[in-house]
Amino acid sequence: MSSPASPASTAADHAVGHTGGARLSVRNLRKVYTGRGEPVEAIADLTFEIRPGELVCVVGPSGAGKTTLLRCLAGLMPATEGELVLGESAITGPPEGMAVVLQEYGRSLFPWMTVAQNVELPLKEKGVTKSRRAELVFETLAAVGLGDVAGSYPWQLSGGMQQRVAIARAAAYEPQVLLMDEPFAAVDAQTRFELEDLVRTLWKRLGITVVFVTHDIDEAIYLGERVLVLSARPTVVLEDVAVGLGPERDQLETRGDAEFARLRTHVYELVQQAKKGVRSLADAHLTHPAAVDAAGSPGTPGGPEVP
Amino acid sequence: MSDAAKVLRSVLLTVGLPLVILVAWWVLTANSTSYFNPPLRTIVGTFGETWFAAPSGEGFGESRFVHDVVPSVLRLLSGYSVAVVVGVTLGVAIGSSRALRAYAEPVLEFFRAIPPPVMVPILMLFLGIGTSMKIVVIAIGCLWPILLNTVEGVRGLDPVLRDTARAYRLGRVATVRHLVLRGASPQIVTGARQALSVGIILMVISEMFAAKDGLGFSIVQFQRSFAIPEMWSGVILLGVVGVLLSLVFRAVTNAVLGWYLGYRQSQHGGA
Amino acid sequence: MNRVSGRRTPAWALGLAGVATLLLVVEIGPRLGIVDARFLPPTSQILAALADRLGMPEFWTALGQTLTTWVTGLAISLVTGVVLGVVIGSVPVLRAVTASTIEFLRPVPSVALIPVAVLLYGTGMASTLLLVVYASFWQVLVQVLSGVQDVDPVASDTARSYRFSPLTRIRTVVWPTTLPYAMTGLRLAASVALILTVTGELLIGTPGIGKLLGIAQSSGAVASMYAYVVVAGLLGVAVNVLARVLESRALFWHPSVRGEVAA
Repeated sequence: MSSPASPASTAADHAVGHTGGARLSVRNLRKVYTGRGEPVEAIADLTFEIRPGELVCVVGPSGAGKTTLLRCLAGLMPATEGELVLGESAITGPPEGMAVVLQEYGRSLFPWMTVAQNVELPLKEKGVTKSRRAELVFETLAAVGLGDVAGSYPWQLSGGMQQRVAIARAAAYEPQVLLMDEPFAAVDAQTRFELEDLVRTLWKRLGITVVFVTHDIDEAIYLGERVLVLSARPTVVLEDVAVGLGPERDQLETRGDAEFARLRTHVYELVQQAKKGVRSLADAHLTHPAAVDAAGSPGTPGGPEVP
Repeated sequence: MSDAAKVLRSVLLTVGLPLVILVAWWVLTANSTSYFNPPLRTIVGTFGETWFAAPSGEGFGESRFVHDVVPSVLRLLSGYSVAVVVGVTLGVAIGSSRALRAYAEPVLEFFRAIPPPVMVPILMLFLGIGTSMKIVVIAIGCLWPILLNTVEGVRGLDPVLRDTARAYRLGRVATVRHLVLRGASPQIVTGARQALSVGIILMVISEMFAAKDGLGFSIVQFQRSFAIPEMWSGVILLGVVGVLLSLVFRAVTNAVLGWYLGYRQSQHGGA
Repeated sequence: MNRVSGRRTPAWALGLAGVATLLLVVEIGPRLGIVDARFLPPTSQILAALADRLGMPEFWTALGQTLTTWVTGLAISLVTGVVLGVVIGSVPVLRAVTASTIEFLRPVPSVALIPVAVLLYGTGMASTLLLVVYASFWQVLVQVLSGVQDVDPVASDTARSYRFSPLTRIRTVVWPTTLPYAMTGLRLAASVALILTVTGELLIGTPGIGKLLGIAQSSGAVASMYAYVVVAGLLGVAVNVLARVLESRALFWHPSVRGEVAA
């Protein structure tokens, strides 16, 4: 595994600092499930690219193969066709330098380990020295606001706190890419806002690449620099929407912004169209034309670069 | 004050009924002249003499306790340990592979269903009637519950946890140690508990067939020589051994599965 | 079952292959001298001995005796275990008073009773029944007790507030919750009861399959001995399968069963 050397990594010797991100390319990804019975085509043809250090959200109607895409990216499932490249190397199994946060927070933490042990385990396996491990565990738990429950078991914590532990585990791993699969789908709205801000804070601080899958349109726009809108299955990219909300986001200000409202309307319409089976932007009937100037070249799913 | 009352109450509740039963036994058999059902007084009287006294004042080292009870328990522990190691190892291997599981399951179900005592005559053919036969009988009898429960436990591991371990690139050893064994431990302990009671039964039975020493051997000897109070004292001692072993087992379990009790409660509360 | 795609071999075929492997190993091992044929006869001889037994009326009588002892013992345990479990479980005082006694008596190994049983009842069925009932009773009792404890307090309070009679309360609130536990208890008790039935026959000499096995052993008829072991094993498998079917039949509505099907 040769990952691109991140220039900032030397600075991260004594703190969870800027670890840098890696490029993630998906070219003509296709995934067909062949279990018992008829084969099911979950993903038809996906092509997109995520630049190093970018935060990209993926939305789509339910059953749009979002989770399938994420599992392929994580190397947990082989692609049927196409190419997935992280940095310089193809993804064939769970790649080095990638951390994953799953939706089922309650089930992704080891119930027989304390919070600190959960965060520490992947580091041990990675060969991080003991003193550095202690440092990383302490700092990341403090960063997610869980410094005082390091010795508790995950099941003693609330849902939101458990998901913080999962995030701390991912951050302490010092990945170049962080994949998140609907991580906040099962926590209450208040906690959700806090966790969203936590993700943005960590993302900026670490400078890593983040792929955030969600079914919540507001969340996708609030968090992302770009939003990939997927079609219904078999999945293609319906549109690659650039989010021009600037680097600073605020739950009140940003969500009240006119641009936020415009993007929200646009993505909402796209998802509605996707639900009806629309598979290309050219076929989509959009009643609010304002969207066009923010989108990439319409009609070419997964258009290469967004200005 | 009320704390003291609480403690008193729980002590009374714990020892109350056993005391009543013992007193009733004592009183009802006090004047018993029945040959088979001697007074409890007589049984208790012979207890110390039978098990802890040396035949002719040679010291504790020659008592039945050292001569018979200790070897029995040692054989039980050896056979049981072998079963735990083999059962968990095989169980992890079989539980981790769908094909292996499908291949082995019917055969394992068959072996599990054989009442373990009928293995004694067969193993006597191969191993004679010595210590090794008894240890193997205990090991084989204890193996199936541990093996099959381990397989179930490994099979039932949460796929999300498996994915997590894979995504963080946990190696094979770390996965077995931190995920598989810990995750399957509730079922492994269930199997180990079943195995313990099977093991005690086999400890006694293997000695009843053929032996020169042992607790089960002594009890049968007493029965055959119509030493009835001594026989009863042996039955009681065997009961005490069973209870003590299950207490030790519970202590070990609580240490290993401390997390599980809390975890289950938190799930039960409706998380 | 009908169409399994790709390279996946269906589970039943693998299982069949597993059984075939066992039969083959036991056939070839003794023939090649890897194991002593006097101690382990080849499969074919064991099966021939088994076929012989199947033609003999004594065998069927013995099988009937074994099943009678088993069913009788199991029935006694089930009835007493359920009745005592529901009564003790529903009355908090009784529960508190008996808890330590149950915890103490349960791990007492049933075989400790063998000499006592022989003295009291000789070698008849009653002797073995004592062992069977003692061993399987606890399985039912303990399960039923935890079942009664699991009764939803809200349902229980509701029943109380509508002034249901104690019997109605047991029938409509306690029993439906307890049933799944009782069925689990029955399943566990069924296999324990079979083990002790055969053990009692073998050691005490109560008529049945176990006794025939003992006779085969003492007369050195090794192949017949194995044949009886196979019969005992198959009997055990049948009991397990039957108990599991019964359990899921009676509980088709229960989440634990539904979950198993879905998984």
